This record gives sequence, C-alpha cells and structure tokens, in this order.
Amino acid sequence: MLRLPCPHCGLRDEPEFSFGGSPQIRPPSASDGEWTRYLFERENPKGLHLERWVHSYGCGRWFNVVRDTVTHRIVAAYLMGDPAPGVPDPAGHP
Amino acid sequence: MRPAQRYSVVNVLLQGLARNRGWKPAWRAAEPRPAYDVVIVGGGGHGLATAYYLARHHGIGRVAVLEKKWIGGGNSGRNTQVTRSNYFHPESCAFFDRSLRLYETLGQELNFNIMLSQRGVLTLAASNHELELQRRWANAIRMNGVDSEMLDRAQVLALVPALSAHSRFPIVGGFIQRRGGISRHDAVVWGFARAASALGVDIVQDCEVTGIDIKGGAARGVRTSRGAIASDRIVMCAAGHATELARETGIRLPITTMSLQAMVTEPVKPVLDTVVISAVAHAYVSQSSRGEIVIGGAADIYNSYAQRGSLSVMRATVAAALELFPSFSRLRLMRQWAGAVDITPDTSPIMGLTPVSGLYINCGWGTGGYKAIPAGGETMAYTVAHDRPHPLIRRFGLERFSTGALLDEGAAAGVAH
Repeated sequence: MLRLPCPHCGLRDEPEFSFGGSPQIRPPSASDGEWTRYLFERENPKGLHLERWVHSYGCGRWFNVVRDTVTHRIVAAYLMGDPAPGVPDPAGHP
Repeated sequence: MRPAQRYSVVNVLLQGLARNRGWKPAWRAAEPRPAYDVVIVGGGGHGLATAYYLARHHGIGRVAVLEKKWIGGGNSGRNTQVTRSNYFHPESCAFFDRSLRLYETLGQELNFNIMLSQRGVLTLAASNHELELQRRWANAIRMNGVDSEMLDRAQVLALVPALSAHSRFPIVGGFIQRRGGISRHDAVVWGFARAASALGVDIVQDCEVTGIDIKGGAARGVRTSRGAIASDRIVMCAAGHATELARETGIRLPITTMSLQAMVTEPVKPVLDTVVISAVAHAYVSQSSRGEIVIGGAADIYNSYAQRGSLSVMRATVAAALELFPSFSRLRLMRQWAGAVDITPDTSPIMGLTPVSGLYINCGWGTGGYKAIPAGGETMAYTVAHDRPHPLIRRFGLERFSTGALLDEGAAAGVAH
C-alpha cells in the first residue's frame, strides 16, 4: 500500500486516492472552429466512404474498407497504414 | 388561392348521394415558377408544415416546397408514427411538448383526420438500476411540466397483458407518458400539403434541388432538375440528405447518416393498445390502427444512404420484440423498410439560421423527427419570417457545436442509436 502526501490533506493511505495517469497528454491549443471540426464534423459522403472495421469474432484485428454508402458495395479492403488502393480519396486524406 | 373542399359528415353524405364524383384532389400539384418569397427544399412533414405556418401565421404565400421524389416518400412515410414529449432537458421538453399539443388539435386545424390515438408510451425497466434512472428521468419530465408516471411490475403487466411475465429481461416496472401515442403519418403529410396548398403554397414534386446559389454571403436561389428558381430565403428540410445539400453551400454539418429500419406483421385483431419501448431488449412495439404490429429497433451501425436495412439488425430487432411478446412469434412479417436518418452527436436536432444570410436549416432529427413535425414547422416559419430563431429553438442552433452547449438527449431516443 502506498502512502501519498496530499498537498492539501497531508500523508494519507492509498484507498483514499484514484490514479489519474500520465500528465503528459494535454489538449492541443486550437480555435473553437478547429475543435468543432475535430470533435463533430465527419465526411458523411453519399458515395465512397473510407472506414475502419475490426474483425471482433475472428482475428480481432483492425483493417480499412472503402464502401459505397448508397449501394453498400465494398470497393476495397486493405491493411491499417496502407493507402487506399486505386481509389480516389473523397476526403483528400493520404 | 382556392379554399380546400371541406371534409365533414355532411360533405361525405352529399358526395355519396352524387356517387362520389365531386371529390377534388386534396392538393394542387404545381409547376415551378421562376421566383418565390421562400423556397423550402424537401417535401416531408417538416417542409410542408413550415410552408403551411408561413402562409397561415405570417401571411407569406409565395412559398414553394420542392420535393425530389414524391411528398412524404422519405422519412415522413417510413417512421413508426410515435408521438411523445418525454425528453430530459427543459428546452427539449418545451419544444416536443409544444409539438404534442399541436398534434392534439391538428386534425381540426387541418380539417384532416390524422387518427391521433393517445394510447400512452410505456418505457420498460429490466432492472432496479434502470428503474432508478427512470425515476430520475420521469421526475425531470414532470419538473418540466410534462406528464410522466412511474408504474410497478403489476401495473405494467395489467396495462399490457400481452407482455411476457417471464422474459429474459425481467420487467420490474417502467414509466409511461399517457398523452403520448401514435397517429397516421401519411395523413399528417397530406393534411399539411392540402392546407398549405389551399393557402397558395406551390408543392412541386419530381423537382430535385441540385445546388444553392449564394452571392455576397446571402442566398439568392436554387438550381433544380426543373430549372433555376430565385428566392432570397431558402429553408433546407432535407432530413437524411442534409449533409450533401449543406456541403454545396460550404456549410459542414456534424451529422452521420445511417439506416433506421422498421417492419410490420400481418394485421391482427386489437391486442396491444400501448406503445412499448425497451432499451435493454432493444425494440419498440405498437399496433397500428390497421392491426399490424409495428416493430422498430436500433439503427444499422454504419453510414448509409441506401434506405434499406441490414438483415442482422432486423434479426436482432425481431428477436428483441419476440422476447417481450412471445405470442407474436406466430405472426408473419409483411413488410420491412428503412429510412436514411441524420444523427447528430448529441441526438438533438439542428434548427435555425446558418452562416449564410437567408439560408435556414432544419435537420438532424435522427430517429425522432416525426413527433416534431408541427412544432418544427411552426418554429421554422417564425424563424424565417423574423430572421431570428423562435424562442423554443434557440438552443437547437448549429452554433452549439462550436460553443460546446450541447443538448444531450441520447437516452430520450428510447433505444440506442
């Protein structure tokens, strides 16, 4: 059991505390508009959509799919980190 | 403008004596004119209601409703017809209860029987924890001045005898909004179309809007499959297709479009006179006035504009409904369909002004737009007429995704989406 020196309360036992992880992760400084785009705005195309799937009840691994949101046709599947093969990227991502 | 032919017992008798040859079309299919005071994109319930209230409350009659296919053929004709106002936040309760109150007198107002049946909307609880959360929710609703009532297990089973008392998801109680219920969605669409048309609104079908003209930051008109139409006030009421329409104007929406499916069984005699929702079993079930058992559930899990649902979600939804109502396993499913629903991050709608002057938006209804049709139309008409948001929809503006003042109504959607 740890005993932690709370700057407010003094030395106390571990069960009184919760672990908060590393403090190194800080939100980037960004404008409201940039936050809105990052948090809420999605491509939502009518047509080709780049998306990720995970084979939950198989190998458990993630992979990429290009799928048409109107016809549901799956145009391509490729590994994480690979570029979309021969498909013009609707979102302009690499 | 011509008055609509009145629907009444007297007229039914008189027309009957004349061998029913005197009935006129309920509304006038119009050819697009070159210019309008207001152009509404989308001939669903919200678009038609907005047109009606613009003409009725604000004296703006030079209004066109442009529909790319036929009116009421999108989500207005694909929903499960549930009306209720049991939301959580005060702003949502105020808006949705205004809508329910308008529904209560809509048949008389439009002179069109919308077959409103306030049979009660019951949300089941499957554990004591869920019941405690429902008590919190039901109390919040009551504090907002909307009726809401907790029921214990015995009361639930007495109210809905068809429910299984031995379900895998035990029924420990629930809460009910007795003023909630169902109505006839085609009647709501046609009632608004007929009343708007009688007030001079042009309803133009087979007219797809392909672009919106903007000059100097202000709306100037629309380009359509039937030519250009000038107007300096444009209302986007395109539901699932809102993203595509808005992108054309440079406005990006926080929307994901998905398929939400529903299905009906063959019609049977009256067996269920309450709308039953279970978030845990994950289905909602009611019986239509034609006797069909209407079943809905979760949205499909991926983006889709296909207007058709996946078999795996359909199977899960049917399984959930049968877990609640085992006797329905004898029924055959008659139809299954889906609509393209526009889901926002906080599952509240987006209504109001946009960064483009004269361009207004009504979208983001996700899985619950039908119940909002009358108030959506009323408040959007006010917003367009005064160029400022109606007090009831101030919190529903697009800007909330930048200010962070979200209105999270995820739980009030009934089942998870």
